[in-house]
Amino acid sequence: MMSDIWILATACLVASSCALVGVFLVLRRQSLLGDAISHSVLLGIVLSYLMMDGRSEIAMMVGAVIMGLLTAWLAEWLQKHPLLKSDVSIGMIFTSFFALGVVLISVYAGQIDLDQECVLYGEIAFVPFDTVIWGGESMGPRAFWLALVVFLVNVSVIAVVFERYRLMAFHPVLAVALGVSVPMWHTLLMAQVSLTTVASFDAVGAILVVALLVIPASSAYLVATSLKTMLVWALGYAQLSVLLGYGLAVWLDSAIAASIAVMAGVLLLATILFQQLIQKQSQKASLASEAH
Amino acid sequence: MIAPPLKVQNLTMRYHQAQPVLKSVSFEIPQGHTVAIIGPNGAGKSTLLKGVMGLAPLVSGQVSMFGHPLEKNRLSVAYVPQRDESDWDFPIQVMDVVLMGRQGHLRFWQRPSASDRTLAEEALNQLGMLDYKDRQISQLSGGQQQRVFLARALVQQAELYLMDEPFAGVDMKTEKAIIDLFGRLKQANKTIVCVHHDLNTVADYFDWVVLVNRGVIASGPVNAVMTPEKIQQAFGGGFSMMPSTSAKEVKHG
Repeated sequence: MMSDIWILATACLVASSCALVGVFLVLRRQSLLGDAISHSVLLGIVLSYLMMDGRSEIAMMVGAVIMGLLTAWLAEWLQKHPLLKSDVSIGMIFTSFFALGVVLISVYAGQIDLDQECVLYGEIAFVPFDTVIWGGESMGPRAFWLALVVFLVNVSVIAVVFERYRLMAFHPVLAVALGVSVPMWHTLLMAQVSLTTVASFDAVGAILVVALLVIPASSAYLVATSLKTMLVWALGYAQLSVLLGYGLAVWLDSAIAASIAVMAGVLLLATILFQQLIQKQSQKASLASEAH
Repeated sequence: MIAPPLKVQNLTMRYHQAQPVLKSVSFEIPQGHTVAIIGPNGAGKSTLLKGVMGLAPLVSGQVSMFGHPLEKNRLSVAYVPQRDESDWDFPIQVMDVVLMGRQGHLRFWQRPSASDRTLAEEALNQLGMLDYKDRQISQLSGGQQQRVFLARALVQQAELYLMDEPFAGVDMKTEKAIIDLFGRLKQANKTIVCVHHDLNTVADYFDWVVLVNRGVIASGPVNAVMTPEKIQQAFGGGFSMMPSTSAKEVKHG
C-alpha cells in the first residue's frame, strides 16, 4: 500500500515537471528538441556514472544538463548549414548521442548499474525499492526526492522569469527588438528540460518522457486562453493521466509508465473530439437561429 | 545640430545567396517626420528594417539612432513586426500583449505595475481597442490585431517607431486609427518609419520617402521623391501610378 503511494507521488511530480516545461516547448514548436534532449541526456548520465565510478545524483544532473545544452547548441549550429533542415540536424544529433550512451552501457555493464530496458522504458514499479537512508531511517524513494526537487526548481524558475518566457515564446523577434536576451532564456529553458528528463528517467525512461513533455501541454493548448491557464490545464491533464494510467496498469496488470502515456494520449483525443462536438453544436444552433 | 533619429551608412545585407539583398544603402531621416520606405516586391524593404533593428545580420555598414548604436537606446526605438509574422493562436490576452511593450523597462523578475497597466489602457483606448482588453488575440480581426500591436509599440514610449507594413490588409477603421495615431505622434515630435506597399496613399499618410530597390534610389520629402522618373527607376518600366479603383476596393474588402 505504502509503495503504491510512493509510486503515484513520484509519477505525479514527474508528470507535473514535464507538463510545465512542455508548455513552453509546445508553444515554441520545439517538441522535437525536447525529444532530442531527453535522449541525449542518457549519454550524460552514463558518462557521469563512469566518471564518478558509481551513482551520484549531483553528477548525474550536471552531466545531463551539459549533454542537453550541447544537443540544443549543436542542433542550432547544424541548422545554420544551408543544406541541412532543422529536423534532420536534430534527428542526427540525438540518435547518435543516445546510441553512444547505449553502447557505453553495454560495454561497461559491470560498472554501470543501468539496465538497457530500464533506460528505454523506465520502471516506476521499482522506484520504492531504492530509498534514501538518513539517520538510519528510510526517508522514502530516491526517485521521489529527485522528482520533488526538480519540480520545485521548475515551478520557481517559471514563476520568476514568467514574463520573459512568455515574451520569448509568443514573439522571439519582438523579444530581441525589446533588448531581451533570447539565447540566455532559451538556454535556461533547455537546462530545465534536461533536469526534468533526468528526474523522469528512473520512472518513465527516455522514450515515454517525451509523451509527458508534449501530450498534456498539447491538450492544455487546445483549451487554454492564457499562458497561466495553459500551465494549470497542463498540470491537470498530467495528474489525470497519472491517475487513470495507474488504474489502467493495475486493471490490466501492465507497465505503469506506458499506461500513463496511453491515458495522456486518450485524454488528448477526447479533448479534440469534445471540442469538435461543441463546434458542431454551436454551428447547428447558429444555423437554427438564422432560419427563424 | 541634433543627431538624426535614424542614420544608415553603407549598409549591405545578404541572406544565403551570393547576391546581396541590399548594397551600400545610405540615408538619413530627420526628426518628427512620417517616413515611407517604398519599393517593388523583393527590393529589400523589410530586410532593411530588420537590419536596422539588428534582427538580421549586416555584412557591413553602420546604423545609428539619435547618434548612438541601437544597443545604447533600444528603449527609444519601437518595432512593429509584420502582422503575419506573429502566432495569433497563442494563448494570450490583448492586455498582456500590450504590456509586453513595457518589458524592456522591467527587470526579468518584475511584473508590470499599476502605472504600466494605466499606460496600456490609455494606448488601447487611443486605438479604439479598450473594450477588447480581456479578449484572446485569436478572436480579433486582422485590423484589430494590428491595432493591438500598435498599442504595444505605443506603451514603449519610444522616440522612433519602425513599422513593417502596418497598413497591409487592414480595414478602414484600423486605417483611420493608424492615421490618427501618426498625427498624434508627429505632433509630439516623434519619428515614424514604415515599410509601405501602396504607392497611391504615400502622399496622404507620409511626408518623407525612402525609395528602395536593392539600394537607395532616392530619399527626401514626398514631392521631391515621388516623381514619375524616380518611381520608374525603382519599379522599372510599364508601372502605372494609378491602379484601377476596383483593385483598391478589393484590398479594403
